[in-house]
Amino acid sequence: MQNLMTEPEGTSEVSDLSKGHSSTWRTYFNILWSNRKSRVGLIVFSTFILISIFGQLIAPYSASNTSFPTMMGPSLQHLLGTTQEGQDVLSQLLVGTGISVITALATGLIATLIAVFIGFLSGYSQGAGDDGLSFLTNVFLVLPALPLLIVLASYAPGRGSTLIIIIVGLTGWPWGARVLRAQVKSLRTRDYVLAAKLAGDSTMRILMREILPNMLSLVMAGFLGASQYGLLTSVGLEFLGLGNPNQASWGTMLYWAQNASALLSGQWAWILAPGLCIALFGMSMVLINFGFDRIANPRLGGAEE
Amino acid sequence: MRFFLKRTLLLIATLWVAVTLNFLIPRLMPGNPGQAMIAKFTGEGHPLNPAALHSIDIMLGISHASLLTQYWNYLGEVVHLNFGMSFSYFPYTVAQLIERALPWTLGLVGIATIISFALGTALGVIAAWGRNTTTDGLLTTIAAFLNTFPYFWFALVAVYIMGFILHWFPLSGGYTPGATPVFSLGFITDVIRHGVLPALTIVVSSVGGWLIGMRNNMINTLGEDYVLLAQAKGLKSRWIATMYAAHNAILPNITGFGMALGFVVAGSLLTEVVFGYPGMGNLLYNAVINEDYPLMQGIFLVIVTCVVVANFIVDLLYVLIDPRVRYGEERD
Repeated sequence: MQNLMTEPEGTSEVSDLSKGHSSTWRTYFNILWSNRKSRVGLIVFSTFILISIFGQLIAPYSASNTSFPTMMGPSLQHLLGTTQEGQDVLSQLLVGTGISVITALATGLIATLIAVFIGFLSGYSQGAGDDGLSFLTNVFLVLPALPLLIVLASYAPGRGSTLIIIIVGLTGWPWGARVLRAQVKSLRTRDYVLAAKLAGDSTMRILMREILPNMLSLVMAGFLGASQYGLLTSVGLEFLGLGNPNQASWGTMLYWAQNASALLSGQWAWILAPGLCIALFGMSMVLINFGFDRIANPRLGGAEE
Repeated sequence: MRFFLKRTLLLIATLWVAVTLNFLIPRLMPGNPGQAMIAKFTGEGHPLNPAALHSIDIMLGISHASLLTQYWNYLGEVVHLNFGMSFSYFPYTVAQLIERALPWTLGLVGIATIISFALGTALGVIAAWGRNTTTDGLLTTIAAFLNTFPYFWFALVAVYIMGFILHWFPLSGGYTPGATPVFSLGFITDVIRHGVLPALTIVVSSVGGWLIGMRNNMINTLGEDYVLLAQAKGLKSRWIATMYAAHNAILPNITGFGMALGFVVAGSLLTEVVFGYPGMGNLLYNAVINEDYPLMQGIFLVIVTCVVVANFIVDLLYVLIDPRVRYGEERD
């Protein structure tokens, strides 16, 4: 959430990063890796990606196996206990990681695509087009998303992560669009953009070849911020029972745990574990973003740690 | 003046978008929730009276009138705060239910947000002033970490530790069941006792956002020439930090307030569900599990209105703090 409160005006591009795409990514990786915070973030993030892929394999039991005694506290057979239907909590956690991680990143992707589209269009056009688009951005920035999402999800036929990904993604774009617009506005008057314009390049080409490469760090930071928003919002919707309750994910686990009054019957691990996973995965994205913030705004960094 | 007009326009446009979405969503979704609702009530053995049928028609659309006519009728009802009948709390109207729940949420979220904003801003100033020191590192890391937990998860843990194990605070509700809601010292103390944990949850979950926002803004202002000049003049550090750097850094943080308010409200709604707090969040939750569409939509509109109006008020305060806006310069 800290991205949205950092004013975009102070940002400056790192122009020596614009030589080529592959070297840009390598430079980014080196900067992120050399920063202690974002290095930790990258490691934790990759660990979650690995669990998403191999969760099914490393889970001790099947997540839907209901043959165990119900509502057991943590034990050696069931490290995190069992649910009220007799499923193993640890297995649900490991298998559910995939759904939650995909939901977070997919909502982030949808939100970022919209943000780039609106932000670029708004920042590069002037006059009525820009006024209209930034007004639209401000409207959706102010409109509280969760109540709207609850209404949408309740009316939608069927429940599931696809629905959640789409509707959360559709509401997650305004912060990113606002930041990107400000940056495009400051870049569009630079000499190299003017040179490209005089050389007769099309607007599309200028946006994609001249401006976008200089804003990759901002776009990436926006993507991670939007993914974190997607994670928290989708978990909130699932906690209210608006996800697919039969599909294990961090949010639906908390929904069932709350329905079974897990804490009041001593099943603390059932509540603790999904919450910590949400926080750790979210934290890994925030930590990586510390690195991206420093690429986009060198003032924040000061001396490198 | 231009600023004021622009903000008023934004206020009206946001409300209009919310009302229009509210009108369109049930009508564009496959299936017909209005008809489904009537079928449900007839099936349960108490067919609806004509007044209830009429209200379903206007809110959810079962009539065959053109969409434009329906929209016009709908706007008329909304302007008169007529959100129809609730299905799950049958004899009550949506407006009556919201009237009862709204003060609880306004009180809880309002107080918690003001505390959180003030605390976060102050800590942000401290972090920025000692940037790259241990204090700064500790503050920003803790803030970022707190920011990544879902509010409702904090609420669950708070109930468990401070309510269930330590018995410091009641587990749920807004006041002791059976207590008469009168304006007496006893009742007010009871309400405060019930409000401490939910408020604490909201403050802890949201303070990190304000802290980091303020820190980053303030580090930008600390690099400005006027701060250097103030230092060269030999002014006291505390004076420079608050009157020079923080005063200018707080402006973007107030802009951030508007953007983050929706997020805080969303988290608070879920917090209410965990605590069974008698406010809008809990009412919304009950509307969702009972598929009470008119109630859900009424709550949506009222929450949007509150957030948008709060933003508008903050924008007006901005004019008081920032003289540039008063003299007609643009702010973005």
